[in-house]
Amino acid sequence: MDPPSSLKLLGSWADSHTHRVQLALKLKGLEFEYQEEDAINPSPALLLHNPVYKKVPVLLHSDRPVVESVVILQYIDETWADNPIMPADPFERAVARFWCHFAEDKLAPAVGAVFSSSGEGQKTAVDQVHDNLKLLERELRDGAFKGKRFFGGDKIGLLDIVLGCGSYWLAVFEEVMEVKLVDPGTFPVFHAWLKDFEEQNEVKETIPAIDKLLEYARGIRQMMLSLSNGTSTTAPAAAGTTSAINVAVDGRSG
Amino acid sequence: MGEAKQVKLYGFSLSPYCTLVHLALKLKGVAYEYVEEDLTNKSATLLQLNPVHQKVPVLVVDGKPVAESRVILEYIDETWAEPSFLPSDPYSRARVRFWVDFFYQRMVPPSYAIIRSQGEELEKATKEFIEVLRILEKGIMEDFPRKKGPFIHGSSPGLLDIIVGAGNPGTKAIEEVADVKLFTEEMTPQLYSYVHAFLSLDLVKNTVVPYDQVLEAIKERRMMALSSSKE
Repeated sequence: MDPPSSLKLLGSWADSHTHRVQLALKLKGLEFEYQEEDAINPSPALLLHNPVYKKVPVLLHSDRPVVESVVILQYIDETWADNPIMPADPFERAVARFWCHFAEDKLAPAVGAVFSSSGEGQKTAVDQVHDNLKLLERELRDGAFKGKRFFGGDKIGLLDIVLGCGSYWLAVFEEVMEVKLVDPGTFPVFHAWLKDFEEQNEVKETIPAIDKLLEYARGIRQMMLSLSNGTSTTAPAAAGTTSAINVAVDGRSG
Repeated sequence: MGEAKQVKLYGFSLSPYCTLVHLALKLKGVAYEYVEEDLTNKSATLLQLNPVHQKVPVLVVDGKPVAESRVILEYIDETWAEPSFLPSDPYSRARVRFWVDFFYQRMVPPSYAIIRSQGEELEKATKEFIEVLRILEKGIMEDFPRKKGPFIHGSSPGLLDIIVGAGNPGTKAIEEVADVKLFTEEMTPQLYSYVHAFLSLDLVKNTVVPYDQVLEAIKERRMMALSSSKE
């Protein structure tokens, strides 16, 4: 096995995809070096190791880059066998991967849209988040995850990491945008899972404090509002704002 | 592994995502039943099997449904071992998954844009498509230097061969219908040779939908898109 010091993570402190990798490494008990990246100003290392997307997270293992958070999580799991993240059974693995795609392709963009919209657009975005959460709630209550504590079973697994690192934005946006996203009455199982997930030690050590996330979100919201009011119209600021939101919430470039 | 599994595929003949699954099952020598769905009138069974997206393909194995073509491919690879679709070492597997994801993310938008546009917009989408292929070619050459076989995977086709190969008839049809050049030996010689090797396999020839059907479908889509954009 390679010495732990051969692991380096290029990430951003408010980026949920970075948190996924940090959490996975923690769950595996792996030491790693961390380098903070600025989304608007990528380092030469980031450009070198992820020339296609130029984004975090990038995991360097003995200087070889692994890119895309779900790919990284599987790489970590396949390289270090202890404390498995993926289920063993192929069907359960397929279910986990399916819902990872759902999280990335449906839920995350909907959550991001809540934050970057207003008025009617925001109402539509909130409805979409609810529709997506309903599907997840149903699966938790009656489907593939019925009766389980976590999506991974008794312990946190791939899907917990993917959904969990990003779901904290729901609470942040609820406060900043003054909307209701996760009503415990409507989504009791999802709500219970999220609270349980966030109580895990490794998770508490990974996810930034809520007041820091609130401050971050408020700052971006301010910038967005001042842009739309025409008080600040510089293109880099606009690009930076979109970039910052998208990177933080769903990893996609603006 | 024990007894043979009951395998059923719900699909649509003209969907390349469904063709991928046919190819994967056939390459693994899996016996399966096929159900053709009318996408304008989806069956109650399909809606029950894939309530989240209500789309094809859905693969049902011993009564358990798997949806999303990428997920289905990896599931097939893990359930039926030979021939393998992924390399054995984790780093190479991570690079295959990266390029699969890249292909899905970056290939589809410009191909849709080409079908529905003309003039400047068409030119822009064409350039984007070609650039995506160029990045893929370069990446594959760096990550998978030619080994002992005609396929990206080696001596037998793997995940990337299936995915890039299955998309090719559609690309050819788009070229013909929109009168653009997208995929040539000059522009991406390695990919061209890999795709040619894959499409030359008898198994593949016997599985893919006849080209004239693909062409008709793309012609119709372009016609509809261009006429609706005039309204």
